Amino acid sequence: MTVAEVRSWPWSLWAAQIRAILRLELGKTFFNRRAWWIYLAALAPVILTTGHSIATLYIDQMSHGLHTDVKAYAGIFQFGYLRVFLFFGCAILFTNLFRGEVLAKTLHYYFLSPVRREVIAAGKYLAGLAAACVLYSVSVALCHITTFMHFGPRFEEFYFAGGGLEQLAAYVGVTLLACIGYGAVFTLMGLLFKNPMIPAAVVMIWEGLNTFLPPALKKISVVFYLKSLCPVDVPVPGPLSFLVQDAAPVPAWLAVPGVLLLSLLAVIYAGRRVRRFEISYAE
Amino acid sequence: MSGARIVFDDVSRFYGEVLGVNRVSLSIPEGITSLVGPNGSGKSTLMNLMTGLIRPTQGTVSVLGIPCDRPDKLFREVGYCTQYDSFPSSLTGYEFLHSYLLLHGMTSSEAEKLTWEALERINLTGAAKRRVAGYSKGMRQRVKLAQALAHNPRVLVLDEPLNGLDPMARAETLALFRQLGEEGRHVVVSSHILHEVDRISDQVILLSNGYVVAEGRIQGVRSEVKEHPMQILVRCNRPGELAAKLFGHEQVVEAKLHADGAGLHVRTRDADSFYLLLNQVVLDAGLEVEKVAPADEDVNSVYEYLIGSEGGSQ
Repeated sequence: MTVAEVRSWPWSLWAAQIRAILRLELGKTFFNRRAWWIYLAALAPVILTTGHSIATLYIDQMSHGLHTDVKAYAGIFQFGYLRVFLFFGCAILFTNLFRGEVLAKTLHYYFLSPVRREVIAAGKYLAGLAAACVLYSVSVALCHITTFMHFGPRFEEFYFAGGGLEQLAAYVGVTLLACIGYGAVFTLMGLLFKNPMIPAAVVMIWEGLNTFLPPALKKISVVFYLKSLCPVDVPVPGPLSFLVQDAAPVPAWLAVPGVLLLSLLAVIYAGRRVRRFEISYAE
Repeated sequence: MSGARIVFDDVSRFYGEVLGVNRVSLSIPEGITSLVGPNGSGKSTLMNLMTGLIRPTQGTVSVLGIPCDRPDKLFREVGYCTQYDSFPSSLTGYEFLHSYLLLHGMTSSEAEKLTWEALERINLTGAAKRRVAGYSKGMRQRVKLAQALAHNPRVLVLDEPLNGLDPMARAETLALFRQLGEEGRHVVVSSHILHEVDRISDQVILLSNGYVVAEGRIQGVRSEVKEHPMQILVRCNRPGELAAKLFGHEQVVEAKLHADGAGLHVRTRDADSFYLLLNQVVLDAGLEVEKVAPADEDVNSVYEYLIGSEGGSQ
């Protein structure tokens, strides 16, 4: 394959077709009456942190400091978002891109159009990615704000002079990277497995146990690279700390391209799988 | 030559151990071609193969020279009205077609123009802004037909397109198929309604248990069915006398008066010899003949002869 060949590909047609797929898919994700659970799943942590702020303000009488909540938010992000909310949100959103259409018996709508199957895979992945990025970056940001909003004047000081805004930007960045990585993995799973929730649960257990794995195994995980990019470390609680063997964190220059490369490979392979995909709704 | 045809070259398709179609070789020209056969005979499998929704286990399929595993090229030329009755959720009839045309890479205004043309063609403009989920069976069938037609393809593959249509819509749809066939397009249609298929088909493909039993122009297929004598209806002023004169000739296997008493059904194994004999008898007896026509040169009869009681429910 030469550069001239790649240049001669119909990029503008593919771009138009991807826009059409995005339009259809985003309509289905955001404006479907059954989409309420997606919003709920994304906003659940915000509800918790808002409740925490209100309780701290009116019941707890501000008995803890800002530093405690910085650690608390880091815990919510690493254990709540990366391992549960965002993980399952992406699992459901991305595995349903194809599997959901097979169950609804609507995949032939795309397959009857003059669109390369690889373009369909790319368009659907990008649609899932757009939806996940919007939902979870908004959720992470809202969750961050509601975690600290009860500190009043110190809230502003933390955000604009105490590194709060930088932390928020880093968390949103990791969220976007997580959506890219998990999205690609789950898009592929939706094509490889009839019931992708079972392998998703296996991956979740693997990712969940990452903290307690030996250093070599830690590295075979998405969450390990994402954790390396988080701005605040989360200490493992005392009783479990003896199980933890530390591994050197991966530098950002390696973690970010690593996740992007892994995602690209997964999406390319998904495209090849879609090319071989047949319409067989009776399966 | 194969560049202008739909070609199946020794195609087999198995679903696990279940046979879909076996050793099918076909070359389908333009015009209206009907796929006829009982449920499970392989009609939808052939249609799904020629549109690339499934792949052959063996052999190759091409449409106008385009391999069926190239949807980006294939669906510029092909429109497929499937039997699947599911639609992307929440879309109106207009959005269903407009989005489909946007997937072709058209601009919004081009897609809009073609969407309205397609909706007008199948008389669905009034319901364009209603959700497809709320459509009746007949309306859903029509919007699927509009999807197949919307981009003006040279090949139309229509799986049971008359299902759910009322008699008026059926007549209009058949007229549309006839017009498309006359325009030189390939119209491949499967239907259970044999007498309607018979009226419009240029050629038929009869399927049974995954095998092609017969193919070609219906008269040609009929003449190949040697074990069933041809049935000819002769309408004349004295059918009883004609019957008496025909009995005893070796060309005539059976002669029976028509129910209305104004005609005679004759069965013969050699139609050409029979017509010569009939001319002679009519001249000798001075009979007035109103009409002589084959009575079983239709899809229904051929289907009955070749596939038999299996097709009784069709």
